[in-house]
Amino acid sequence: MYDVEKIKKDFPIFRQRLNGRPVVFLDTAASAQKPLCVLDKMRAVYETAYANAHRGSYAFAEQITTEFEAARQTVQKFVNAASAREIVFTRNATESINLVASSWGEQNLCAGDEVLISQAEHHANLVPWQNICAKTGAKLVVFPIADDGSYLKDEFEKHLTEHTKLVAVTAMSNVLGTVFPIKEMAERAHGFGAKILADACQYAVHNIIDVQDWNCDFLAFSGHKTYGPTGIGVLYGKAEIMENMPPYQFGGDMIDHVTYQHTTFADIPARFEAGTAASVQAIGMAEGLKYMQALGLENIAQYEQELIKYTVERLNEVPHLTQVGTAKGKGGVFCFDIAGIHPQDLAFVLNKENVAVRTGHHCAEPLVNRMGYTSLARASLGLYSTKEDIDALIAALCKAEKFFRES
Amino acid sequence: MNIDELIENFAFFDSWEEKYQYVIDLGRHLEPLAAEYKCDEWKVRGCQSQVWLVPTFKPHSIHFYGDSDAILVKGIIAIVLMIYNDKSPEEIKNVDVQEIFAKLGLEENLTPSRRNGMMSMVEKIKQYATGAK
Repeated sequence: MYDVEKIKKDFPIFRQRLNGRPVVFLDTAASAQKPLCVLDKMRAVYETAYANAHRGSYAFAEQITTEFEAARQTVQKFVNAASAREIVFTRNATESINLVASSWGEQNLCAGDEVLISQAEHHANLVPWQNICAKTGAKLVVFPIADDGSYLKDEFEKHLTEHTKLVAVTAMSNVLGTVFPIKEMAERAHGFGAKILADACQYAVHNIIDVQDWNCDFLAFSGHKTYGPTGIGVLYGKAEIMENMPPYQFGGDMIDHVTYQHTTFADIPARFEAGTAASVQAIGMAEGLKYMQALGLENIAQYEQELIKYTVERLNEVPHLTQVGTAKGKGGVFCFDIAGIHPQDLAFVLNKENVAVRTGHHCAEPLVNRMGYTSLARASLGLYSTKEDIDALIAALCKAEKFFRES
Repeated sequence: MNIDELIENFAFFDSWEEKYQYVIDLGRHLEPLAAEYKCDEWKVRGCQSQVWLVPTFKPHSIHFYGDSDAILVKGIIAIVLMIYNDKSPEEIKNVDVQEIFAKLGLEENLTPSRRNGMMSMVEKIKQYATGAK
């Protein structure tokens, strides 16, 4: 049985009280809270075996390097990559996507080529492509989604052509919750000789990833959303593609041989990990993934499905509230608008009620605009979220509604 | 009403609800900003809601008009303008806005968070004052 009350106790932050009351945290889609095991693990590394990974040949250095590479294997298993060589540690998912745009993009894109993205992308999977398209003369093509946020297969297939060199698409939208069928899209993209990158920032928090089954060429996600620390992210890339990609940044141990005149570069993944690695963060991230695996990703998903249904129903009870993004099978993010109340005003009252939600454009301004808004409030679920959290959200929303109606 | 009277009025409130209902009321009575100024040119960047600020330069002082599409923000703008309006550039430079907001018990509105645009507005007012000298 999924004992969420017991799970919640694994997260020290939930012991915090603000104004004598607990905090209802409904902003996991922005960043997740950290279980004690992650904090303990990172502290233990610093206290018992810290040194620069992949540098020294003394005991501490060997130990941390072993743990760092074990973290890579944990990530490999988490996404079911064929080899740990295909796992590059980055600062975050945004850097992962920038790495592909810079390195692969610069090498493979030119005038006449197209990069295809969906309307549902957040800035991290939009701006890097805008930038590399402007540099290379390639064209950025955006395929529409439905008004309810659903994926439109026909639109995707209509915009996918022999000019498409890369499809970059979210596996789950951070605004709409829409889940995109990466496996099916990858098959279509490959049919046109295009590569596909899946932005799994949100998807990884809630569902099982299988890069081999999906047959995606690149996949990005970040540690801080999967219950690990900030400052660490992952890029998965197929070995045969990454082996032919030039370095993204230079320096540190990403080299094979250096003279004052010339440098040859290291094999993957080291080639893409310039400078001192965020080794402790990588180890912490792996601990977060192991925590999720110990709970069971199927169990988390199953538990969240029930809570998603409950949240949708309860939000519909709030007067004048419109949910934005209601695609079938959506994940646990809920954007909404209450007619006549600015989301920032709403967030103010929610904060007074100790309910943490995000408001604004969610780093996806074109998408929020496409849905007909400039700003939205968003509640999102994590593996520790409860029905009581949702009840507190609804009570706070009703209070806000009343507060502004009467003002 | 001046800012000292406002501080006195604020001392009577027991709950945040009362206090912020009053802030909303102040926003309602804010000098209107003509619709033509509610465009990108006069938008204060770095605010989550839309905030507009328009200065009018007098011989020895500056008068500001402001507005927002969020009603609490609009109330806070009313207070900020009550603090800064019709002062000389030198006076604007010397105002301790943090201290006044602390006295009002509204300091939570002046945090450095990029999501909360009030600091950007104060900075903008100071920039106009510096430019006017």
